[in-house]
Amino acid sequence: MATHRGRGFAAINYPIGMNLGGDPSQALVHSNPDGKFTVALSAIDLGQGMKSVTRQIAAETLGVPVEDVYVDTADSDTGPHDMGSFASRGTHRMGNAVIQASNEARSVMLEAAAEELEVDAADLVTDGKGNIHVKGAPSRSITTMAAAQAAQFKQGRTIAGRGIFLIPLSEVDPDTGEMTPVSCFAHAAMLVDVEVDDETGEVAVIDMQSAYEVGRALNPKLVEQQLRGGAWMGMSHAIWETTEPYYPSREHGPEDFNSYLMPGPGDLAPHHISVLERPAPDGPYGGKGPGEMCANPVLPAVVNAVYDAIGVRIDDLPVTPEKVLRGLRAQGGAKPRRML
Amino acid sequence: MAKKPVNFTLNGDARAAFAEDGQNLLEFLRRGVGDMSPKYGCGQGTCGACTVMIDGETQLSCLVLAEAVDGKEVRTASGLPSPALDPLQVAFMENFAAQCGYCTPGMLVSARALLDRNPRPSREEVIEAISGNLCRCTGYETIIQAILAVAEGRVRA
Amino acid sequence: MIEFRKEFFANERDDDLNEIGKPTRRQDILGHVTGRSPFFDDHQFDGLLHLRCVRSPHHHARIRRVDASQAEKMPGVVRVLTGKDVPANLNTLLSLLDFGIDDEPILSDKKVAYRGEPVAAVIAATEAQARAAVKAVRVDWEVLPHVLDVEEAIKPGAPKVLDIYPNNKFVYHGKYDHQKLRFGDVEAAFASADHIVEGRYQMSPIEQAPIETCGAIAAPEQNGRYVCYTSTQALFFSLGTAAKVLQTPSSKLHFVGGTVGGGFGGKVDSIHEPLAILGAMLTGRPVKYAWDREEEMQVGAPRGAERWYIKDAVNRDGRITARKFIGYFDSGAYTRLSSYAIIKGVGHLPGPYTIPNVYADVYCVYTNRTPATAMRGFGITGVDFAIETHMDKVAETVGLNPIELRILNSYRDGDMKAHRREAKNCALVECCQVVAEKAGVTLSAEAKAATSMTGGGGERARIPNYTATDQNGRVEGFDTGSYARKGGGTSPVSASAPPNPQPARAPQPASPPPSAKTPEQAPPRSGPPPQPPGARPAASRSGAMRFSSLAGFRRR
Repeated sequence: MATHRGRGFAAINYPIGMNLGGDPSQALVHSNPDGKFTVALSAIDLGQGMKSVTRQIAAETLGVPVEDVYVDTADSDTGPHDMGSFASRGTHRMGNAVIQASNEARSVMLEAAAEELEVDAADLVTDGKGNIHVKGAPSRSITTMAAAQAAQFKQGRTIAGRGIFLIPLSEVDPDTGEMTPVSCFAHAAMLVDVEVDDETGEVAVIDMQSAYEVGRALNPKLVEQQLRGGAWMGMSHAIWETTEPYYPSREHGPEDFNSYLMPGPGDLAPHHISVLERPAPDGPYGGKGPGEMCANPVLPAVVNAVYDAIGVRIDDLPVTPEKVLRGLRAQGGAKPRRML
Repeated sequence: MAKKPVNFTLNGDARAAFAEDGQNLLEFLRRGVGDMSPKYGCGQGTCGACTVMIDGETQLSCLVLAEAVDGKEVRTASGLPSPALDPLQVAFMENFAAQCGYCTPGMLVSARALLDRNPRPSREEVIEAISGNLCRCTGYETIIQAILAVAEGRVRA
Repeated sequence: MIEFRKEFFANERDDDLNEIGKPTRRQDILGHVTGRSPFFDDHQFDGLLHLRCVRSPHHHARIRRVDASQAEKMPGVVRVLTGKDVPANLNTLLSLLDFGIDDEPILSDKKVAYRGEPVAAVIAATEAQARAAVKAVRVDWEVLPHVLDVEEAIKPGAPKVLDIYPNNKFVYHGKYDHQKLRFGDVEAAFASADHIVEGRYQMSPIEQAPIETCGAIAAPEQNGRYVCYTSTQALFFSLGTAAKVLQTPSSKLHFVGGTVGGGFGGKVDSIHEPLAILGAMLTGRPVKYAWDREEEMQVGAPRGAERWYIKDAVNRDGRITARKFIGYFDSGAYTRLSSYAIIKGVGHLPGPYTIPNVYADVYCVYTNRTPATAMRGFGITGVDFAIETHMDKVAETVGLNPIELRILNSYRDGDMKAHRREAKNCALVECCQVVAEKAGVTLSAEAKAATSMTGGGGERARIPNYTATDQNGRVEGFDTGSYARKGGGTSPVSASAPPNPQPARAPQPASPPPSAKTPEQAPPRSGPPPQPPGARPAASRSGAMRFSSLAGFRRR
């Protein structure tokens, strides 16, 4: 009776957004008279950070500090139409809509500032700290607050913008499957180390080494949240979770967290992450969507590592102790492969 | 249906409210008293989202009858700031230890109870303390790091 | 434990921006740590009522009679809803994208096709009273034979899960009982291959398991409007679904959400909003409908099971020359999103590799289980598990290091993909190299020198001169106005949804004999088909607003 170590590898790519397009997102941006901006969306933040990433995108585009932007979501009376937070589409689709809306609001803000400074709006830049000044002449400046006040109370301008992002729907050829799916892909590679106990059949992931290519990491901490949590979920899918442990039978289906198993804080494997950033040509500031694909490479990597450790291929998820023990019995014990 | 008066202390304030017959503490705190920080995740005592402290001990409020807290002190996540943020709250913010935020109140209560009885816990003791609090977003590592940051004095209150 | 490898693709990035790329704190974090973030259930309503569903204990059964007379007399019970209370009691989620046929009742009144299917809803003053009354609703069932396995379900003579689909298979483009991918000629490549590698892979059904269960609270607002606080992942999807099911203009509905306790795909199905609002409409009081954990686990739609068969032709040097997929998505009893997942999955094949001959037949199969829906990695996670496990078998067969094998076959910028579009913005090679380097796996000089920007295009950009096509799985009589129907039928179909699942026209055998005349095809179109004279405006077909890019433009 012994534990056996094995290594497994997998590499994947992942399409960003609803596969065939046809999934618009809209955004509205407006300024209060003191130069503080509200972004109104109907997008959903379910933990992925939609409010936060659109806030940074709006601040970057408007040229104001992030503290001067608040994202309000989701209220159908105020937030315009959006397809929703799924298919890794939020950052990509909504991010682009927010850029368009912010650009429109920014151009009005610069026109208001230009009128106050008596210069051409095209000669103005923002410093990202709340000031607008003439390019190359920082002393000829006005605060965004003063520009907003002038726009509202003196010039009668609305510092506001509308944005939409839509990849028009494309069709699929029934005979060849020819189609135009999505516009950009995220990538990942993952190597895991496992230990397999040939007495209990238990598999423990003991180390994870990954490389994720996510487009530009718009907020590196939000990206890390997704990658770390997503890889945990991938590990959970590989060796713990299912609603139907004897699929296709519906018997023994878990009804609570005592029987629906997931790794707890004591079951974690160290995860060494490398992030690569190849900007998406059509992504907001090159961003893609790391939220879904981060789990995907872990499932096959674990299965491959179990094979490497004991020579048993389990092509039927999840890799439960029962399946490991049955496999070991069928081949007469562990036969380590050491492929990596 | 008989309603029962419950006199208790919630986050340091004396409170009195009527509990429905058989009502659990979670529903009582949320619907009866208006403290929405304990969350419903399972109603079965398996997820920890409803964790509160009763007289300093962590309890799953979905498994406690509301009337059982009569005369007792109840503490929830909404009462952690006093009035400044608890160092744990600061650490969770700094360490990006919350994503959807739904497990966070229960997680913070478990962590607070741990630090109250053991201000310098080891990583293993932190893991033990939060092992009844499920999180589906983070993979736990950032949460462990946030609690350890407080334990090791790396967070200003 | 995290590093940002800025040296890769540095010339494609401007790393000097003000806010982008900064580790700014989350906007919502203070609310999260103080317990003040407003999730849907954190809104207080005076006189809140609770709705719970009566569910089928059977996998498949006809409903002879629902008797709620006892339940209606129980303490606290305000109302019991059945299918006849639902204005449009048939829906399919993707009808908002004009994709698919309305196939799922909100409250079933003719038959049930999975264990847990709702047949009535009790609204009571407390949750406990609603639970007690649910037990008192009597349903007279006629149990029917059921089928749970995808490959059993498509055999002749298998129990019919839904009458509208031929042999328990979704119909693509009104033409085939599966989605095809054809690129080159896999059979020719198999005939000349050094190795053939085959495998069968089973992806398990998985619960999204957000810690916050799915739910909604609806209440009469003012001026005849209804507010709905919801955990939805897609506010306008849910609003559009409610508008359709309740035959109510969107202006009467006010949806509030956006702060959601995890979703992972499990909160797009818009199950709760229509019933909660209907309850509020019929009682005039606030109504909450939320799943408990047990319902979330077994009634809430999971990531569906998938079964994949893969066959590769491989050269001695490790180059894969052909890859063939046969895939079965277990959609469960209704379509929800599975049909769409397959199109997404097919567009993803053969994975991130350049393979000159690719073939796939992927089936959306109905079985008597909980309908499947989206989950993190929707349409991709299952087949990626299959592909990447299969790659390991290929590596072992040819005796190559598994990372080396991936780099050798990896897609590069400029390569032609099997769906006939050029690859760009690739980065698989670099990800493989970084992991190999970190893990101390030795790569050949060639693999180390490879990049995604080089070695692609040219011969690899070519669409095959010959692609083997076929008419297998041809179905007749289906004209399901649906997106992605290039080359499919275009004749109009009844504008109003049938009151219960029944064939619009009698389905024909799934596979016509080879001698059958190939039906005339409409020419491919690039835009929406024109409306024939006299066609009813699309908006009137259900009386409800649509919210997709196609809404109002397409007929059914």
